[in-house]
Amino acid sequence: MQRFSFANLVRNSLSGHAHWKPFWRDAAPKQKYDAIIVGGGGHGLATAYYLAKNHGITNVAVLEKGWIGGGNTGRNTTIIRSNYLWNESGALYEHSLKLWEGLNEDLNINLMFSQRGVINLAHNQADVRESIRRVEANRLNGIDGEWLTPEQVKEFCPIIDISRTARYPVLGATLQRRGGTARHDTVAWGFARAADNLGVDIIQNCEVTGILREGGRVTGVRTTRGTIMAEKIGVVAAGHTSVVAAMADIRLPLQSHPLQALVSEPIKPIHPCVVMSNAVHVYLSQSDKGELVIGAGIDTFNSYSQRGSFHVIEHQMAALIELFPIFSRVRMLRTWGGIVDVCPDASPIVSKTPVKGLFLNCGWGTGGFKATPGSGWVFAHTIATGEPHPLNAAFALDRFSSGALIDEHGAAAVAH
Amino acid sequence: MLQIDCPWCGMREEMEFSYGGQAHVAYPKDPHAVSDEDWAQYLFMRDNPKGLFLERWVHSQGCRRWFNVERHTVTHEITAVYKPGEPPPAAKP
Repeated sequence: MQRFSFANLVRNSLSGHAHWKPFWRDAAPKQKYDAIIVGGGGHGLATAYYLAKNHGITNVAVLEKGWIGGGNTGRNTTIIRSNYLWNESGALYEHSLKLWEGLNEDLNINLMFSQRGVINLAHNQADVRESIRRVEANRLNGIDGEWLTPEQVKEFCPIIDISRTARYPVLGATLQRRGGTARHDTVAWGFARAADNLGVDIIQNCEVTGILREGGRVTGVRTTRGTIMAEKIGVVAAGHTSVVAAMADIRLPLQSHPLQALVSEPIKPIHPCVVMSNAVHVYLSQSDKGELVIGAGIDTFNSYSQRGSFHVIEHQMAALIELFPIFSRVRMLRTWGGIVDVCPDASPIVSKTPVKGLFLNCGWGTGGFKATPGSGWVFAHTIATGEPHPLNAAFALDRFSSGALIDEHGAAAVAH
Repeated sequence: MLQIDCPWCGMREEMEFSYGGQAHVAYPKDPHAVSDEDWAQYLFMRDNPKGLFLERWVHSQGCRRWFNVERHTVTHEITAVYKPGEPPPAAKP
């Protein structure tokens, strides 16, 4: 791997930047691997990276049906936080946040990770009670959290409208100062580059079309680039997980929905943090390029179209202007959609399956980006050892029959 | 936005409707007799096909009645609308 350093930067700038090497090899599939990861998004690439780094399993293929960074990893609003209510979620997302805090150095790449603070607004008494409860729960779990009065909200984010006459007045907010954003494309590229450096094959344009089984355990996959054998297969296919799991006759509690986001034209720095509001339903940050990055809601119906309905966007803009009247004349530049796999309890499934050697990492729904490194960490452990890591033991598939659901609808922030 | 042909009111915009998920998920005949696994199948496990899907909608801003729709989950094309109690299109002779 060509490491990024000041000396390297100077050397390459003197030679006209003509000698930078590709981030990863364009690998062709081999016949057999120790482990196959289905899905080359952030979570899949992180899984491959930690399989190699933490567990010494380097004979690994990541199969991606499109291109690296073309799926949900490149389609989200890049928000990172760990202020989830329950102990299980708090531990998992906080582990992930701690990994983010050292990830630039670990992957030797600038992820533009910015801990600018995440605010979750409360607009009614129920919101206030729920928010304060969540702040206290977070603090008991060692996760930073604060409750802000409306005046403190205004101080932290001056452009927000806190007038008492607003239709949905701001009654306060939770603040996680360690929360923030990162550049999503670079996260995918950084994990791909680091995994490739440890020997992982990243195979693009390779769609899995079947899962081979023998006597209740997996033996390999059929793909558009031929049959590939492996005794361990991890499926990390986000919105398409149900489709892949159906190839092994596994039925899941997931439903796939389009989730949209949009960006404005670039403007001067004006928005210093991340603001989220469940009740008015908007979440907003400003990228370093100057665009306002705005997340919309999901379409209610099931869809695989990577395209959402316009009325969802319209609703989104109404919410944005309600909270930030200053943006009423900002023009929007682009909108897009990604397919998210929504779970009934708004918590992920990182689990073994009834098929031996087949593992699932899915159900991250509308908020998987923040969990990218932590998800890869625990899923790599699950695949390598065959048993869940303590952090993902509670996120097993059997929780739907045991009843031990982890209800995070309050903290998941997007209405499911 | 979808245009949905309510069997009672005719063609209306999607915003008048609410979504009810997969159709034809039958309540267990004797809920006390089913195992935890079967209960989970009824309560949480759902088909999630990339293709034709039978789903329920309710005309919540109109006649407030439920009905079923056959829709493609990639093209969003609605290929059939039918009332509760009627068989799905594929099951018709």
